[in-house]
Amino acid sequence: MLKIKNINTFYGKVHALKNISIHLKQGEIVTLIGANGAGKTTILNSISAVTPPATGQIHFDDQDIAGLGPDRIVKLGICQVPEGRQVFKPLSVEDNLELGAYLRYRGREGRSAIRKDLDDMYALFPRLHERRKQAAGTLSGGEQQMLAMGRALMARPRLLLLDEPSMGLAPLVVQEIFRVIEQLRSERGTTVLLVEQNAKAALKMADRGYVLETGKVVLEGVASELLENKEVQRAYLGKDKKEIWER
Amino acid sequence: MTKSRSFLKHEMVKFILFTILILFLPLAFKGGYLLNVFVFVGIHTLLAVALNLLLGYAGQISLGHAAFFGLGAYASGILTATHGQNPWLAMAVVAAAVGTLAFIIGFPILKLKGHYLAMATLGFGIIVYIAFNEAVELTGGPSGFSGIPNLSLGGVSFDTDFKNYYLIWGMTLVTILLSLNLVNSRIGRGLRAIHDSEVAARVMGVNVRFLKVQIFALSAVISSIAGSLYAHTMTFVSPTSFGFNFSVELVTMVIIGGLGSIYGSFLGAALLTLLPEILRAFQDYDIVVYGLLLIFMTMFMPGGLVRGIPALVGRIVMRSGAGSKADA
Repeated sequence: MLKIKNINTFYGKVHALKNISIHLKQGEIVTLIGANGAGKTTILNSISAVTPPATGQIHFDDQDIAGLGPDRIVKLGICQVPEGRQVFKPLSVEDNLELGAYLRYRGREGRSAIRKDLDDMYALFPRLHERRKQAAGTLSGGEQQMLAMGRALMARPRLLLLDEPSMGLAPLVVQEIFRVIEQLRSERGTTVLLVEQNAKAALKMADRGYVLETGKVVLEGVASELLENKEVQRAYLGKDKKEIWER
Repeated sequence: MTKSRSFLKHEMVKFILFTILILFLPLAFKGGYLLNVFVFVGIHTLLAVALNLLLGYAGQISLGHAAFFGLGAYASGILTATHGQNPWLAMAVVAAAVGTLAFIIGFPILKLKGHYLAMATLGFGIIVYIAFNEAVELTGGPSGFSGIPNLSLGGVSFDTDFKNYYLIWGMTLVTILLSLNLVNSRIGRGLRAIHDSEVAARVMGVNVRFLKVQIFALSAVISSIAGSLYAHTMTFVSPTSFGFNFSVELVTMVIIGGLGSIYGSFLGAALLTLLPEILRAFQDYDIVVYGLLLIFMTMFMPGGLVRGIPALVGRIVMRSGAGSKADA
């Protein structure tokens, strides 16, 4: 469904992504893991055209989407949940959700379809319904993450780009978030590209994974195999990690 | 659905009450000097609403809005007084032209953020101000441009404060209604999203760059119409009305009234128009008073009058309630 071929992305002169190639099949959950600065977020931003790649191709359903603006990308069915949630803090929860459907108000489906999706979001995240009139900035971190996901889902994406949904959240809330991701895949068939620091949890849930290091893919494979991989265990899962004085 | 409809009903009630207030206000003035002042409150409200759409909702500063106001005023004046065109037609053509100009300069300018955007719009304002002064054949230069005809409609000439009051407030009320409609729509949500986080707005599919330019152009169009109305009401325009000071005054109106509140714009415009009348004793130092006012407002009422006054009243009520309890 998504095929990225040899993209290179720059921040000014910094070469952030070096010939990255990844792909996702319909209905898959794929995770990107790697240290800080490896380029995980940059890959998501390259897909959503927030930081468009300088070279390379991105195909979504056989259509080349490299070079399209962020709004066109959303229209095609790719929606990103940005890092650090980025909910619109002064706006109410409901306004935030309706903003997710921003481009759909112009479509043919009509307001009632949007209204129905809004109710679906409240069913998915009952906490948001309780707080729908509240300013998004007053929500807890976990609620904000749910709101950010609900907001993205309001665009009815076929591909969801999730950027560190577990960042700074309590373990119980993280479980809840991960449960919702799996539910989305099983109920809606949403394809998910997941960036996570919490590599273990991400690999447990995902079908496949890519390991990134300084802007390059250094390893890829089925998630369960990556989980068993000695190198991955040492570098990202904290197993067999020898401190300097132990060597 | 019912919820959003009841919200709209609430907005409608507020608007109707406001309209009634405006319609009957002249009765209180009995055609005195205050009526004249409130004609200008109307024009300033129009301008403050225009700037509020840009500054309060989309969060984009403009320190050059007096230029759009001036362009509307001068262009209307020149087309009607020098070339004898129909004033209404002139107003529409000028507004379209100013809107187009804003659209064109908006694309490069609105890429800038914060202080840089302030500088760029300031620069634009100064360029236009200099043009008003230097294009003497066209504008009359520093001594001004006179002989602009009053507007007329169906044989009625708008030549008194009383008639102008209803003309200008009619236009202002229509603009307020349209603006309320806009800010409560998906576009309004998009604007507030841009205000809060451009990146998040972009990944939601808001075409940030284009929407910013569109709202800038709309704001310029309203300002230009305000300028045309001003020119036909005053029948005389001079560059000093459209300088940097006035741009700052407009920003002050919006902030003091309340960023992101249409009715706040009216409060800010009314206060800053009435204030010079009240502060006659300060004469040339009125700009100092504006400055002080801005400092105190941002310190003690950061939400503007429209939010600050209810909060203040609430606090007083709370305190007196607590006091009476203590007495008992």
